[in-house]
Amino acid sequence: MSTPETAVPASAGLHADPHGGHGDISVGVSGAGTSGDGTASATRITPGNALRPEDIALAVSRGAAKPGEDVAELALRLGDDALILAQRLGHWISRAPELEEDVALGNIALDQLGHARSFLSYAGGLDGRSEDDLAYFRSEQEFRSVELFEQPNGDFAVTIARQFVVSYYQFELYRRLAASTDATLAGIAAKAVKEVDYHRDHSTQWVLRLALGTDESRQRMIRAFKVIWPYVDELFRDDELTSRLSAAGAAPQPSSLREDFDRLTGEVLAEAELDVPQVPAARGGGRQGKHSEHLGYLLAEMQVLAREHPGASW
Amino acid sequence: MSLLTDTPTSQARPGTPVVEAPHGNPEAPASSAAEIANEAAKVPAGPATPAAATAEAKAGAEGRNVWPIWEVFVRSSRGLSHVHAGSLHAPDAAMALRNARDLYTRRNEGVSIWVVPADAIASSDPDAKGSFFESPQGKDYRHATYYTKSEGVKHL
Repeated sequence: MSTPETAVPASAGLHADPHGGHGDISVGVSGAGTSGDGTASATRITPGNALRPEDIALAVSRGAAKPGEDVAELALRLGDDALILAQRLGHWISRAPELEEDVALGNIALDQLGHARSFLSYAGGLDGRSEDDLAYFRSEQEFRSVELFEQPNGDFAVTIARQFVVSYYQFELYRRLAASTDATLAGIAAKAVKEVDYHRDHSTQWVLRLALGTDESRQRMIRAFKVIWPYVDELFRDDELTSRLSAAGAAPQPSSLREDFDRLTGEVLAEAELDVPQVPAARGGGRQGKHSEHLGYLLAEMQVLAREHPGASW
Repeated sequence: MSLLTDTPTSQARPGTPVVEAPHGNPEAPASSAAEIANEAAKVPAGPATPAAATAEAKAGAEGRNVWPIWEVFVRSSRGLSHVHAGSLHAPDAAMALRNARDLYTRRNEGVSIWVVPADAIASSDPDAKGSFFESPQGKDYRHATYYTKSEGVKHL
């Protein structure tokens, strides 16, 4: 099997790098749909066309895409958010209430991991670091994720509350970022926004079912939003970086997302007969590398293998 | 359904809601599924008794407090029919559709999904295979190729 031209995304005219860290994923599945009576099967596999992290890494290594300092910092922030959440969600594999929900949360985790890989591959273009360098060989203070993403999974309701807030925030962010003056950021966001749209739906379905289910599930959902809501504020804080990026048309000001976020989450909460929790906002500081006590433990688990065996591949 | 291979294996035959091993693990010996296999409702070749089958399936589901089983049909592209892809657990139809999306279309396999409560499907009894399906064998006069074309007939 060879890499078919049809597997190359039209967006950037990029080719997959067979020597990239994770191999060329287009080989191996490309022939499945064309051999024999492939179209008759309900489980036909096709890779489809989309912008992949490998494409971005290759564009960066060839010099076809290079972020400015500000854009790289933003990509680092968004990549870290997604990476930390993916690590958190991955913990649910084999632990969700039902196997089907294991897979649902696993899918969301993998979507987030894909966004993280794209953003970090791009961010690394500034100084030549790879996505793995950024994910596995930075210390806690060098991570730029906000506190919400590193919050512990808690019970299923807390995970759903966190996912609900994240997906509505990310949807508003990526929707606007898709119109960025930076073509790579726009490309990543355009792909991500469709996936995040489904994450909104998934968490909304669960908020409604838990809140309107039994007394027990309702109490847990109410408690979960109280646990999570203090971290909402930090998502929408502007700073010098976002002001510069906003002025350049590269990214929206976080504060400009708040109105739509409040309106859309408010509609779901109203349908679930829940009040928006009245809780004080957490201090935050993740964008400056100041994290809650949870991140260190998470990173230790996430990074131990790569640090124990530097350069290993599997 | 096995997470390791990611290949759906819980191909529960329609009408037998919970014949698979727990979570469809092909490694699990068949004996471990005995307690649930007993609940499987067989619809006899004669008059169907969907009410009894439904009641039995529901009693089994409620007794163990598990989500009911749904059968999933996926259409792989426009112009083709929906094809049975497998089954899954879900609390209701809306979640069944979403679970089906996550389980059976995550490699770009589909453009449309149907989900059907497993206990809404009546299936033929495998024990009645003889009376149901062997009768047409040998009746080749039911095929057009049995007949020879009459002389002089055009456009046949």
